[in-house]
Amino acid sequence: MRLTCPICGERDRREFYYVGDAVLLRRPDPEASDVVWDDYLHNRDNPAGETRDLWYHEAGCAGWIVVTRNTLTHEVIATELASKVSEAQA
Amino acid sequence: MRFSGWKVLREGLTGNKGWRAHWRDAHPKPEYDLVIIGGGGHGLSTAYYLAKNHGLTNVAVLEKGYLGGGNVGRNTTIVRANYFLQGNSEFYSHSLKLWEGLEDDLNYNVMHSQRGLINLFHSDGQRDAFARRGNMMVNQGDDAILLDREGVRRHLPYLDFEQTRFPIYGGLYHPRGGTARHDAVAWGYARGASDRGVDLVQNCEVTGIDIESGVVRGVQTTKGPIRARKVGIIVAGRSGLVAGMAGRRLPIESHVLQAFVTEGLKPVINHVISFGMGHFYISQSDKGGLVFGGDLDFYASYAQRGNLPMKEHVMEAGMTLMPMIGKAKVLRSWGGVMDMTPDGSPVIDKMEGIDGLYIDCGWNYGGFKAVPASGWCMAHLMATDTPHEVAAGFRLDRFRTGVGIMDEEGTGSQHNLH
Amino acid sequence: MRVAGKGLVNRSAPVTFRFEGRSYQGFEGDTLASALLANEVRVLARSFKYHRPRGVMGAGSEEANALVTVGRGAAQEPNLRATVQEIYEGLEARPQNCWPSVNLDLLSVNDLAAPFLGAGFYYKTFMWPRAFWEKIYEPIIRRSAGLGALSGAHNPDRYEKAFAFCDLLVIGAGPAGLMAALVAGRAGADVILADEDSLLGGRLNNEVEDIDGQAASDWAAGVVAELRQMPNVRVMSRTTVTGAYDQGTYGALERVAHHLGNRGGRPLECFWRIVARRAILAAGAIERPVAFRNNDRPGIMTASAVRTYLNRYGVAPGRRVTVFGNNDDAHRTARDLVAAGVHVAAVIDSRRDVPESDAYPIFRGAQVCNSSGRKGLESVTFRTASGEDKVETDCLAMSGGWNPTLHLTCHMNGRPTWNEEIQSFVPIAGMIPGLEAAGACNGAFSTHGALREGAEAATRALEALGMRSGEFDLPEAGDAPYRIAPLWAVGGKGRAWLDFQNDVTVKDVKQAAQENFASVEHMKRYTTQGMSPDQGKNSNVAALAVLADATGRGIPETGTTTFRPPYVPVSIAALGAGAQGSGFAPQRYTTSHRASVERGAPMIEAGLWYRPGYFPVPGEKTWRQACDREVNMVRSAVGVCDVSTLGKIDIQGPDAGVFLDFVYTNMFSTLKVGRVRYGLMLREDGTVMDDGTTARLGEHHYVMTTTTAAAGPVMRHLEYVHQCLRPDLDVQMISVTEQWAQFAVAGPRSRELLDALVEEEVNAGTWPFMGCGEITVQGVGGRLFRISFSGEHAYEIAVPSRYGDSLFRLLTARAEALGGGLYGMEALNVLRIEKGFITHAEIHGRVTAFDIGMERMVSASKDCIGKTMSERPGLNGAEREQLVGLKPVGPVKQLTAGAHLFERDAAPVRQNAQGYTTSVGFSPTLESFLGLGFLRNGRARHGEEVVMVDHLRGVTTRCVVCDPVFLDPEGGRVRG
Repeated sequence: MRLTCPICGERDRREFYYVGDAVLLRRPDPEASDVVWDDYLHNRDNPAGETRDLWYHEAGCAGWIVVTRNTLTHEVIATELASKVSEAQA
Repeated sequence: MRFSGWKVLREGLTGNKGWRAHWRDAHPKPEYDLVIIGGGGHGLSTAYYLAKNHGLTNVAVLEKGYLGGGNVGRNTTIVRANYFLQGNSEFYSHSLKLWEGLEDDLNYNVMHSQRGLINLFHSDGQRDAFARRGNMMVNQGDDAILLDREGVRRHLPYLDFEQTRFPIYGGLYHPRGGTARHDAVAWGYARGASDRGVDLVQNCEVTGIDIESGVVRGVQTTKGPIRARKVGIIVAGRSGLVAGMAGRRLPIESHVLQAFVTEGLKPVINHVISFGMGHFYISQSDKGGLVFGGDLDFYASYAQRGNLPMKEHVMEAGMTLMPMIGKAKVLRSWGGVMDMTPDGSPVIDKMEGIDGLYIDCGWNYGGFKAVPASGWCMAHLMATDTPHEVAAGFRLDRFRTGVGIMDEEGTGSQHNLH
Repeated sequence: MRVAGKGLVNRSAPVTFRFEGRSYQGFEGDTLASALLANEVRVLARSFKYHRPRGVMGAGSEEANALVTVGRGAAQEPNLRATVQEIYEGLEARPQNCWPSVNLDLLSVNDLAAPFLGAGFYYKTFMWPRAFWEKIYEPIIRRSAGLGALSGAHNPDRYEKAFAFCDLLVIGAGPAGLMAALVAGRAGADVILADEDSLLGGRLNNEVEDIDGQAASDWAAGVVAELRQMPNVRVMSRTTVTGAYDQGTYGALERVAHHLGNRGGRPLECFWRIVARRAILAAGAIERPVAFRNNDRPGIMTASAVRTYLNRYGVAPGRRVTVFGNNDDAHRTARDLVAAGVHVAAVIDSRRDVPESDAYPIFRGAQVCNSSGRKGLESVTFRTASGEDKVETDCLAMSGGWNPTLHLTCHMNGRPTWNEEIQSFVPIAGMIPGLEAAGACNGAFSTHGALREGAEAATRALEALGMRSGEFDLPEAGDAPYRIAPLWAVGGKGRAWLDFQNDVTVKDVKQAAQENFASVEHMKRYTTQGMSPDQGKNSNVAALAVLADATGRGIPETGTTTFRPPYVPVSIAALGAGAQGSGFAPQRYTTSHRASVERGAPMIEAGLWYRPGYFPVPGEKTWRQACDREVNMVRSAVGVCDVSTLGKIDIQGPDAGVFLDFVYTNMFSTLKVGRVRYGLMLREDGTVMDDGTTARLGEHHYVMTTTTAAAGPVMRHLEYVHQCLRPDLDVQMISVTEQWAQFAVAGPRSRELLDALVEEEVNAGTWPFMGCGEITVQGVGGRLFRISFSGEHAYEIAVPSRYGDSLFRLLTARAEALGGGLYGMEALNVLRIEKGFITHAEIHGRVTAFDIGMERMVSASKDCIGKTMSERPGLNGAEREQLVGLKPVGPVKQLTAGAHLFERDAAPVRQNAQGYTTSVGFSPTLESFLGLGFLRNGRARHGEEVVMVDHLRGVTTRCVVCDPVFLDPEGGRVRG
């Protein structure tokens, strides 16, 4: 499996660390309800198909990356810097 | 038809013509008392115990593919009861006791082989952590022995005691741990459930769950609608997708876990060995293949296949621990899809807010050994609407409340770290 | 028997080898199988279950019968295919799964018991009495199962792994692959051409045919020579592509030195990770046997194997050969044999419409229905419309048609489609992204078809790569149609083998169907068909055809099982190359490593680092003596310890303080420059992640320390928090763990030592408790922190790593001059337990700030990672197990870590377990064992007596619960 780091280019999967669904970028307000926080931290859409998840180029540039990917075929559709995605959301 | 050595002899002498179907293939009736979605190990054992323990036989098991085609047919076959947190400990202890009587109970040789499991440790800190685990196992009434380095050497003289990157300090020995023939477990439960009147329906995919005003009414399937009073979702690997049909998100991320088997070899490994530093575990099947596995591929996947980095990592762990297996050749590798939860422990619970809907999921990669107790407890829950005492901790709301989180690995809410 | 004038082996280079202790001669270029056939050795192996004598069945890596063990001692290698293993001078091979010999195997009694050993018999018996399974039945089954044996000794051979990258990977160097590589190579693409054979050309070397007017094998040799000349083409022989993975990654096993008696420093095998932008699968096809009664005798082979032995190796596998088939290809075998002067006893074809010949008798519409011959084929019986007949023969060349070698295309869960015309599965385009199948593996069985598809696939691959293929003429080659009529199993009594290796017969498949194992996956799992070393390459299609017939379905409807990697078995040593010994994980050494080893310190692995356990001095007999001395030394004088392994993260930027406020539970933006603060870090789930001190070196400059084990995870976490959650913050961070050597100098005389050592004045005014700043040591710039993990007046001094060794030796000498010296991990552990300081033994991932009594450190005035979730009801309150100290009070004085805690008089069972111990040590200062542990509602229970029970070590100790700070709770020492 290979991913294209937006900074470093195409690299082997073993350079990256995976953390989970990119929903993590949408951290709730600290005062939000326990249901909202439970949903943020624990519950997942977990689609069989296209998903967006968070990877870290640990053995490379230390960039956090949002990868759009298919969980059935492992096709990688797009990669972008998490900081850019996060800023765009804010 | 009862199976026995005599029956095998008699059939052998008469051309093996008398063997009959191990289970009936049923076409679904329009209505059942209970419908189980998922004909894997857990679904079949649930159906079996619904019939056997609770006398509920107006039950259908709906399987989208073939019975036992999911994780029960693609695991490394390890059976153990070596958990250390309250909630897990009593459950797996109960499961192991059921395993110990399973052949008699099912009249099916599932080849449960209590050859002993050894978890190796490689530092003082790990020894203490395993001591805590072993002491809890003894507290629970199970068996555990703390081996020092020489003790490990007596059992496993072929390990590399001199050179390994992580020197062997000792091991936690669980004599009652072992393996079983995974497929046979599914078939044995299928036969038992079918004999008691449960309808097993293969190639029947559930496409929707009918809910009216918060009450389950039945399911939609590729073989038509089926009404039911109660519906159990027991579809590890696809739990989130099926729960989604009831409008629920689950605390689950699906991950692929690979496993490997070598060509057949004469007996050389007589235990189940677990090497935590390399996340490697191995045993040798009765057919002679070395069966082994490692950690997740670590990315969410439904593909039932993995990639080279983890394969290589697993083999590297094997080579550092026991370089005598180097010339064993990997014959086949495969992947199973794991329901990974935020604390690494499972869920057997009612679906809050939907009467009559139950879920058994989140087995991470420890579901095989749980097959008997999971079915036992899920059947209890579905039949009585109260959790069984050994599974009372497997609640869905524990993540929201923080009450009774069972994080054996101590790695926290990141799903893939358990 | 060798045939004069035939074959590509080097007749001028004889090679002597041994099989089962006997010496034989072959030629350079022979495989073990061809050489043994030349020597008329017929029985090479025994089958898995019935121990039936078996000879050679095929001529490739898919061989189902002729598996042997090569070598002896630690290097013995089981389960090698005689059809692949090349002979070399001194090769020693032996049969396996037989005793006492392959010709006389006592376990062949299993064959007589066959009626009782049918499909799945073991699921129905061996259940009574229960205790017999592990003791009696299972050991017998295990011993009789298995094929070859591992030596049991550490693998003595060397293996390698490598990466390779290319534009185009061509898998297989038969006509399609050679043509593809040629077109792509000439166009300038970076090409890797991989083939598992030693001699490239595929079936062009095995058949009698012409390409462009020259012998096909010569044409192949010419193309290979041209490819080897091209700098952009890498030709890899003896290399099997074993798996297709995501994004164009392929695994490949190169058998580097299996064919060499003297390896000359080469590894035995190399496992390649090949990354290819495009790939062409040109893996050919495998001929399938026909199931009939006793079709497994030595001498019964596939027809193409007979041609291969004849044409490539110059060996006739029999003196009176019979051919049996259902397609025109089989007749080619008879023609080749006759042309070479080998007697053909008969050609038996199940079809009526077959090619004519006057060189041998042809039986049309006939089927072989039985064979005889105890240790090798003597005759076959065949059935025609007019009845049964028998022909004396010592070799049967059979062909049930061909199966495209499409396995690799299925590695991503794709399913092939059934092609009625060729009675085979063929791949569908797109099963592996970027890979196209060409030639026989795509169902194009003629040489012309293979050449054409190879060239076309290469042209398309070049187009996808943005390159253009040059002009080329397709060579002229045979294009005879492939005519076949389905024939899977010949009816009748007796056992007809499908899966030779696992002894699965037509009867077994039918019985499986009868028992409702009707799905193809159930049939496979119940009968074990396809689970043998050939993974069903020889048997899958026939078995599912039999199943389809038994269940009244068609073949496409029945479907196939899944082919999974690896295509051929791959040794664990090759996939795990480099890890044996100490290669599994990096070894990290501190700058003081050498000095510590010189002092005789046992070095202990800690988070990939090595740290000294203790520093023994003459006269000390146990580690405890050294540890006690080192603890006393720190408490009374001064001790020195390397703490460089703790993670150090340099954090800079205008928002560094705000950032730290967000990752730590407590405030760091308010920390004064020149000061250090202890910080607690949570995971977002509210559990403690790590702790450590962070120093503020400047207005916009902090240095964080982490625990050794958490250095990597914390670094990752900080980047996560910054990039994913707070990209608005102007802050940068980098790990500097390895850039700084850092040493603790602890004890009442630590100030004295440092004041004399560093150029700056070190006193209470300049370096107050929790002060920090830059210093100069002998002209080298460094940092000094007044922090303590021992509870003593203490410092940590840091210098750039290149000065670490020097400073360590200097500190050691200065400390010793003051009555102190070095201390190791054991003493460090005791010192911190005396003070109730936690490590990851306590913050083990399930512990909250509340549990360790630090909930007040979670600042109420700001948000931080983990704060909200740490307020969940289940993570607080009296039900939680809380950090406590434990001291023995009864006659038993020993404490152990990992024991459980119970109320007095409570039975030590799970229901009563109230907590556990995490860290224990003997305190020479307090002359007692001390323990840290967690106890339910523990903070409210100080003074209560509890019982510590360690079942495993047989220790039961009465303890009093106390505050975890055993020594100097007021902190007078650390501030003094």
